[in-house]
Amino acid sequence: MIELQGAGYSYGGAGLLAGLDLGLAQGSFHFLTGPSGAGKTTLLKLCYGDLKPTSGQVLLDGRDTRSLERDGLARMRRRIGVVHQDCQFIDHLSIRENVALPLMVAGRDVAAEAVNLAQLLGWVGLAPRADALPPQLSGGERQRAALARAIIMDPEVIIADEPTGNIDWEMSQRLLTLLAELNRMGKTVLVATHDLALIRAAKSQVSARVLRLANGVLSSGAEL
Amino acid sequence: MLDAALGDRQADRVVPPTGHTVWLTVLTATAMAFLAVFALALALATGRLADRWADSLAQAATIRVSAPPEQADAQVDALQAILAATPGVAESRVLDQSEQAALLEPWLGADLPLDTLPLPRLVEVIGTDDLDVEGLRQRLAAEVPGATYDDHTRWRQPLVRAADRLRALGWIALTLIAGTLAAMVTLAAQAALSANSQVIRVLRLVGARDAYVARAFTRRFTLRAAAGALIGTTLGGLAIAFLPQADPAGGFLTGLSFAGAAWLLLPLIPLFAGAVAFLATRRAALSALARFE
Repeated sequence: MIELQGAGYSYGGAGLLAGLDLGLAQGSFHFLTGPSGAGKTTLLKLCYGDLKPTSGQVLLDGRDTRSLERDGLARMRRRIGVVHQDCQFIDHLSIRENVALPLMVAGRDVAAEAVNLAQLLGWVGLAPRADALPPQLSGGERQRAALARAIIMDPEVIIADEPTGNIDWEMSQRLLTLLAELNRMGKTVLVATHDLALIRAAKSQVSARVLRLANGVLSSGAEL
Repeated sequence: MLDAALGDRQADRVVPPTGHTVWLTVLTATAMAFLAVFALALALATGRLADRWADSLAQAATIRVSAPPEQADAQVDALQAILAATPGVAESRVLDQSEQAALLEPWLGADLPLDTLPLPRLVEVIGTDDLDVEGLRQRLAAEVPGATYDDHTRWRQPLVRAADRLRALGWIALTLIAGTLAAMVTLAAQAALSANSQVIRVLRLVGARDAYVARAFTRRFTLRAAAGALIGTTLGGLAIAFLPQADPAGGFLTGLSFAGAAWLLLPLIPLFAGAVAFLATRRAALSALARFE
């Protein structure tokens, strides 16, 4: 589904990433780690088409993101669920509406999926908070809401950028468990994190590969 | 297009409501529609006026017979005989004393002792296209020395030109009004778009197509502009309908109105304003979207 072939990205001349090769096999679980500022977020953005590579190419479902037209990219994003580092909610809509947003913009009948939506909110433990607005939620609740939104379209791939960045250990564990469950259901998962404890904790739940990004180079780490 | 413009209410919820700027768009559309009613009335009324002058006066002429009173009747008879024999004269008619008095009344007052004034006799001639004006002039000069053929074209032409110019100004005013509305809506839409850049970014990130994002904005601006224009058009229409009726012969200003079916043009103003707002907002939205992948 997602494949990087010699992909590189430079912000205004200063090269950040270069010559990255990566293929995410279906059903795989990858951790992306590395020092902050190494370009983890940039690499993830390349994976969901928010950035286009300045060298090499990124293929989504076999199609080069640079030649993908805007509507095609929109449709592709419905198949890739993303948990953004800063969640990216619409603040005047309730959590329920924010989670249902991908359904809404895809033209699906939200009312018809009300049961699914309620189940999903229950699964991430947000049923009692469904009518709250995003700014009223704690960091952990926001991250779980973001995860619910990422998977509501039943995507093939789930990408999470520092999903445990500003939440406590217990909540990180819950989130990791949710991601592991999704992986067991056959979803491809890519999680960027600098939290090595989290990676170690994942060991017992999934078989994951660790990718290390440092100095613009991606090295394949040990399999957990 | 209506569907595309209005979209669904659900999509509309995605963009937060924006307090008083809503009313600026409505107010602008109201004002522009109000002005558009008058510009349209001007264009149509001067158009009618120009057509009327051009039509009714195109073939009309007056022959003036200035002769001593004792010869006047004989000359008028001779003139009528000539006119009757001239090809291209559709109709000729001698104006009687009361008609002449009516013509002079605005200048000389009502109680005019016409018999004491040495007035020329007037004959109105309606010609067709085959009327040979030059030939008629020469015959008159030879046979009815007191007669002068007075073609109306001379004074008609500048009036028709002026009316045509006014009509053009009316249409230019309408175009400017539409352009101003488009500009105002574009500015309002751009303000809304930049205030909501986070919403646009999120929508794109969760897989919204450009058309969906644009619709979330076009819906409200189209409705606001159309609603404002409806108010403005209603007010303008009422103002025109209740314009004081002055002397029907008194120039074009009193003719500033809609004749019959022309009233049906008024409902087009809100529709047109809605369409202008839709296109302006859509354009602004699509260009704003280019900043987001």
